[in-house]
Amino acid sequence: MAGGLLLEQLLNGLQFGLMLFLLSAGLTLVLGVMDVVNLAHGSLYMLGAYVAATVAGATGSFWAGVAAGVVATAAVGLGVEATVLRRVYARDHLTQVLATFALILVFNEGARMVWGPQALLLSVPPELSRPVAILPNLTYSAYRLVVLGVGVGLAALLFLVIHRTRLGMWVRAGASNRAMARALGVPIRRVFALVFALSAALSAVAGALLGPILAVQVGMGEEILILAFVVIVIGGIGSVKGSLVGALLVGVVDTAGRAFLPSLFAQLMSPEAASNLGPALASVLIYLLMAVVLFVRPQGLFPVRA
Amino acid sequence: MRARNLSVEVGRRAAPAWPAGAPRALLWAAGVASLLAFPYAADTFGWDFYLSLATKAAVLALAASGLNLVLGYGGLVSFGHATYFGLGAYAVAVLSREGVQAAWVVWPAAVALCTLAALAVGAVSLRTRGLYFIMITLAFAQMVYYGVISFKRYGGQDGLRAPRTDLGFPLTDAGVYYLSLLLLAACLFLLWRVVHSPFGRALQAARDNELRAASVGFPVYPVQLYAFVLSGAITGLAGVLMAHHTQYVSPSMLSWPQSGHLMFMVILGGVGRFWGGVVGAVALVLLEEVFHSATVHWQLFVGLVLLAVALFATRGLSGLLEGRRW
Amino acid sequence: MKRTALCALLLGVVLSLVPWQARSQARTLRIGFVSTLSGGGAALGVDVLDGFNLALRHLGNRLGGLPVEVLTADDQQNPEVARSAVERLIRRDRADLLTGIIFSNVLLAVGDLVFGSGIFYISPNAGPSEYAGEQCNLHFINVAWQNDNLHEAMGHYAQLKRYETAFILAPNYPAGRDALTGFKRFYKGQVVSEVYTRLGQLDYSAEIAQIRAARPRAVYAFYPGAMGVNFIKQYAEAGLMQQVPLLLPGFSADADVIRAVGKAMVGVYNSSHWALELFNPINRRFVEDFRRTYNRIPALYASQGYDAALAMDHGLRAVGGDLSRKAEFRNAILSGFDSTRGRVRFNRNGYPIQNYYLRQVVESANGEVVNRLVGTIFRNHGDAYVSRCRLR
Repeated sequence: MAGGLLLEQLLNGLQFGLMLFLLSAGLTLVLGVMDVVNLAHGSLYMLGAYVAATVAGATGSFWAGVAAGVVATAAVGLGVEATVLRRVYARDHLTQVLATFALILVFNEGARMVWGPQALLLSVPPELSRPVAILPNLTYSAYRLVVLGVGVGLAALLFLVIHRTRLGMWVRAGASNRAMARALGVPIRRVFALVFALSAALSAVAGALLGPILAVQVGMGEEILILAFVVIVIGGIGSVKGSLVGALLVGVVDTAGRAFLPSLFAQLMSPEAASNLGPALASVLIYLLMAVVLFVRPQGLFPVRA
Repeated sequence: MRARNLSVEVGRRAAPAWPAGAPRALLWAAGVASLLAFPYAADTFGWDFYLSLATKAAVLALAASGLNLVLGYGGLVSFGHATYFGLGAYAVAVLSREGVQAAWVVWPAAVALCTLAALAVGAVSLRTRGLYFIMITLAFAQMVYYGVISFKRYGGQDGLRAPRTDLGFPLTDAGVYYLSLLLLAACLFLLWRVVHSPFGRALQAARDNELRAASVGFPVYPVQLYAFVLSGAITGLAGVLMAHHTQYVSPSMLSWPQSGHLMFMVILGGVGRFWGGVVGAVALVLLEEVFHSATVHWQLFVGLVLLAVALFATRGLSGLLEGRRW
Repeated sequence: MKRTALCALLLGVVLSLVPWQARSQARTLRIGFVSTLSGGGAALGVDVLDGFNLALRHLGNRLGGLPVEVLTADDQQNPEVARSAVERLIRRDRADLLTGIIFSNVLLAVGDLVFGSGIFYISPNAGPSEYAGEQCNLHFINVAWQNDNLHEAMGHYAQLKRYETAFILAPNYPAGRDALTGFKRFYKGQVVSEVYTRLGQLDYSAEIAQIRAARPRAVYAFYPGAMGVNFIKQYAEAGLMQQVPLLLPGFSADADVIRAVGKAMVGVYNSSHWALELFNPINRRFVEDFRRTYNRIPALYASQGYDAALAMDHGLRAVGGDLSRKAEFRNAILSGFDSTRGRVRFNRNGYPIQNYYLRQVVESANGEVVNRLVGTIFRNHGDAYVSRCRLR
């Protein structure tokens, strides 16, 4: 039975980690290739979830909602890139931070105006809203298994794109040395637009898939954005491999901390102290992880630039 | 362009005292006088809400000016200054909860706590650069945040009351306003001296080119660490004042959105410009208030204004205010 | 030039802020309504607001004979946002009465400011233990319950059912800790695990796996708003609903949550101080008109908003609309007013003494999922803190 619990928590951690990966892969590419700190990445995630919830509600099909969310968000991403980001590529990071923070305010208030202040309901498709037996003695949510599968599939696809296509080659070149890539004739402008649309689409997938597990509401993007930044810093900026490793680490460590720390503490100290300290340390664990990684490897686990 | 700038500069210096210098001095005098007279006006006309708004702006101006020292002059983007702001405020509340009310104990203790915290965080974080520095300062801030909310005795998520400390006389709202202005002026004077000292030049040299600064013999790491600690202490002092202003501390003062808010004030006002923190804080407080009283969707308009500043005002608002002189 | 223009603009902005016009002196009662109207707790705030507005409509838009203006503000469930909203309402808009706050931590952040200004706060929801005990205040009246009450009722129920072991969970904030303390005050079985999750956490997979492994006889969870919706949905999706009975306070099992979770909730027992079918004319009118006006079933929060307005009306009538007669205003309400729960009486700390009921979520004949009243857990139950209150 202890093995079952361990396996279930591992699945929970991996599922969360893979969704974080979808968010952070885009973020790390935008930062690594385009050298843009995009705080509005979380807003794109939110937009994906909102569009998915709206379309799923109207059509009754969850997957139609996901598809619509991805397409709409990628389109909005292209629009944002053309109107705002293109103007701040050459500027310092702080200007980018201010501009994209302003975008967060605009997106949040826009969502509140369009969809109202209350959280939207996005339900798990009925055929998946039941537990399935994965081991004789262990049942697990079918929907979470699907999310896990989609996450693995998209991660594999992304690696194929990065390592086997021309776009991927340009992206890798851009991440490791932007000036050199430009000098060698990489069509930077087109690559930037494509990378941004791709990162918007990936975050929309994460938003739509996490919608039924979390909640579709204004502000959902900011909390998870911080986690995505933690992931890419652990992994090394610009490295998709790094963000995969970082995301899985963060997902598993966070879940393990919440699942096992409080009971571990309860055996070590008084229940009163344990119930105070346990949740606090569980929340801090991923930041502790990041601090340790940066202390040992100041450039993250998989540094891209020489 | 260059010639015109020069002529403006020369013209200003060469001009007789009355047309150029005196209005400026008069403007300053009028500004200071109206700031000093404001509480009386507020009392007479029932503007106590605006007195409170002005106090808030002054306190945030102090915090942002503290942050501007590392962010602007040091080029070190700290995404964890809410830690010092919040710790300063919490020190007031916690000491009062433990029965310590005397201002001459609480204030130095609060600032000392922030100094130590900044020393610890700075010593570790300054090993990293760029985005990694941003994130490691955030990491420490999050640890402090979750650490503080785990103390049920000190209110946890609910926050804690923070009665005003005992200065020997009762501190009114107007008193807090004057106190904030006084400390803001004192710290600005200190910051002015610091950034124009050899130390300040070394800090800016390290910002502009670290390798070069190190190779001409500037002790980059200690200089940056001193700046970080001083900045943390000033922001912590602002936190102390904030606790006196609101008489209540909440963990959201320690949270990352608060760090972001301070950062946006500095960027809005002008990074590395002496008045950047003050201008940014006052502008953001005013901006939020104007739109807030006009529409429920005020965040949209605040966002659009910030976007416009980011895209079109290269050096922040104080860059605009200074005109084309530099 | 540019600089002059900017300075002029800035000056204009400042001048536009100043309230140049003197306020019109017509006797309008200004009610500041600060509540959580966006984010995960929005359903609660909107319910209270709708209930409050419905009561105003029923009272002809007058309280105690005075015309009413309601000034609403969204606190975003953030104590600091609430603080500046309350400051604005008191100091700029000169509100006469305040109400609306949902979350205790938000209320505690603004309490001193409100009481210090000598303004009454009639709480439709948040009922922190602080204001029931040592910090009880002349200016504070809660028309709903003390935070612990519904949890105490469910603890008592779990004790009556003789569940030997229980797994209990709440968010890690003081009201969450109070909730589980309240539950344990009356439940004497073995608590196998007491889990506190991050406030605002929405994915409970790790906790649900722990529950499955611990195999308790019952689970008690206090999660208001979106947290509750998610916890219950995920509990059901994990297939635990049939294996371990889930006990809930009414906060996590009323119309707002049922609407979001759906049929998976059928069978769940919960505690409440109010129910749809409580038999009295006020409640019947409230429930019928609420359903007609807002096209949804009211949750307990809506009844609390409605009762807050009724309490204000009752108190204001007693003092002829003169809020400076503070003691009389307070005593009029505390000695009892007619609410959606019948006549409610109060303790000296401003918290009610009332019955607490057991409800069960059922599917009615027309396919609607609703709460049905099945019994009474406590009669004339007060709170555990009143002995520490030094008022009166």
